[in-house]
Amino acid sequence: MSEIKNAEKLVEILHKNCKLSLEQVAAIAEMSLEEAGAAIDALEKSGVIMGYGAVVNWDKLPSAKDKVTAYIELKVTPQRSNGFNRLAEQIYQYPEVKSMNLMSGSYDFGITVEGDNIKDISLFVSEHLAPMDCVLSTATHFVLKCFKEDGVIFTNTAEDDREVITL
Amino acid sequence: MSFEPEKLLSSTVSSIPPSGIRKFFDIVAEMKDAISLGVGEPDFVTPWHIRDEGIYSLQKGHTHYTSNKGLAELRQEISNYLKRRFNLTYNPANQSIVTVGGSEAIDIFMRAVINPGDEVLVPEPSFVCYKPLASMAGGVPIAVTTKAENKFKLTADELKSAITPKTKVLVLPYPNNPTGGIMTKSDLEEIAEVLRGTDIWVLSDEIYAELTYGRHHCSIAEIDGMYDRTVIVSGFSKAYAMTGWRLGYACGHPAVISEMTKVHQYEIMSAPTTAQYAAIEALKNGDKDIEMMRDEYNDRRKVIVKGFNDMGLECFEPEGAFYAFPCVKSTGLSSADFCEKLLYSKKVAVIPGTAFGDSGEGHIRCSYAYSLDNINEALNRIEAFVKENR
Repeated sequence: MSEIKNAEKLVEILHKNCKLSLEQVAAIAEMSLEEAGAAIDALEKSGVIMGYGAVVNWDKLPSAKDKVTAYIELKVTPQRSNGFNRLAEQIYQYPEVKSMNLMSGSYDFGITVEGDNIKDISLFVSEHLAPMDCVLSTATHFVLKCFKEDGVIFTNTAEDDREVITL
Repeated sequence: MSFEPEKLLSSTVSSIPPSGIRKFFDIVAEMKDAISLGVGEPDFVTPWHIRDEGIYSLQKGHTHYTSNKGLAELRQEISNYLKRRFNLTYNPANQSIVTVGGSEAIDIFMRAVINPGDEVLVPEPSFVCYKPLASMAGGVPIAVTTKAENKFKLTADELKSAITPKTKVLVLPYPNNPTGGIMTKSDLEEIAEVLRGTDIWVLSDEIYAELTYGRHHCSIAEIDGMYDRTVIVSGFSKAYAMTGWRLGYACGHPAVISEMTKVHQYEIMSAPTTAQYAAIEALKNGDKDIEMMRDEYNDRRKVIVKGFNDMGLECFEPEGAFYAFPCVKSTGLSSADFCEKLLYSKKVAVIPGTAFGDSGEGHIRCSYAYSLDNINEALNRIEAFVKENR
């Protein structure tokens, strides 16, 4: 990783706002266009940058299809020689699974699952997750309202409420 | 005979012109879709832990006046902070006072030291309040023109030629609004050399001290022989994004702080109590917030400076505050015409440099206390405007 110039700064800039032009990213990182472009390519190829996306408040998009999100706590028995990894792989391959983490504490995997409706998610849990040999128990929590995601507070508006003042 | 209010006003106040910025923004406020690089305050909201401490103080019923000088704990924290960040030592018992913003601190300092006819040297371009406040205190403000080729620093020669036997105060407004210029330690050494042996006070307005890029702010109070004559004014507005809390402070020799406290106690009583409790939290646990906001401003600073230089509006690198001060002379337009035409044709509000003194002619002040998206859109529109006007 150390050979990619300004790797940390570039990742930080793009993580905050991937909409910036290459010119602007280069200006902020104090690099030439070519250097910045090459470094970002390298970050993508090496798998540091895995993708680019927007933080979306779906509730504000009336035309969007209804979507249900659930957080599932999963208790499992780790497999001999493979630990948790093999089992994790079997689970995260499902497209319904949006994120998955191995946790400390009272359960093992924390999984975020998305579906078109509650039935979708119920079926996913009852037909795919729960029957797995190593799964001991599941606890499914449906998301009622999202307040903040990836550092962005959804109740804030972009409106600038600073008033006119002499200074 | 009828009562004629217009004829019965203070001639001192009447002689002070209204702010040029205000008039300009009245037009902006009426204009739909206008975007602005005009506002001189942070776009960040006060960090939550600071707001929460203010709320908690209300829940606990801290709704009374504080002592005139401000809460003892806050003054102690101000001393700790100035020592920690700038190596300045002030006794919280008699060398500091908490004020309603930095502006009140400037006002009560002027009232505390100025006798009628005393001259107050104000390097320009600079913040609009120094000259009116000096006048209202009975002083005579004298503009000292700084130059773009010196990055708008005050030079020893400029200072020397402005000093007369009547000079009482030198205002040192660095890091500077509107230019973004700063004074380094060696720049200050040269100023100090001129001041040694004189009876001139220094009012060092260090409200932007935390917003410097690439180097640490140096206060003139640190320079040999300057401590006793310097009153530093600072506050919470810029560093902690606390403009609306209206809280500032001044530190200096006990003799002048004591006189300033007299003025303060009769006109203000004490600074807002809720804000003082919040400020204690800011000073104790806010260093990381400052760093986060400074880094963000720095990113925007690089984009805006490059943007202006790329479109041919020469812009020296501002090393402090959150303003760029590009030169628009290449368009052949005056500052005021540039801003007015830009506003009407492209709906972008920037401030003419002349709002900050005649020496701001040929420049515009552009605040980068805006999101990068806003800055990008403004730069695109300004670039199109510049192309059409060349």
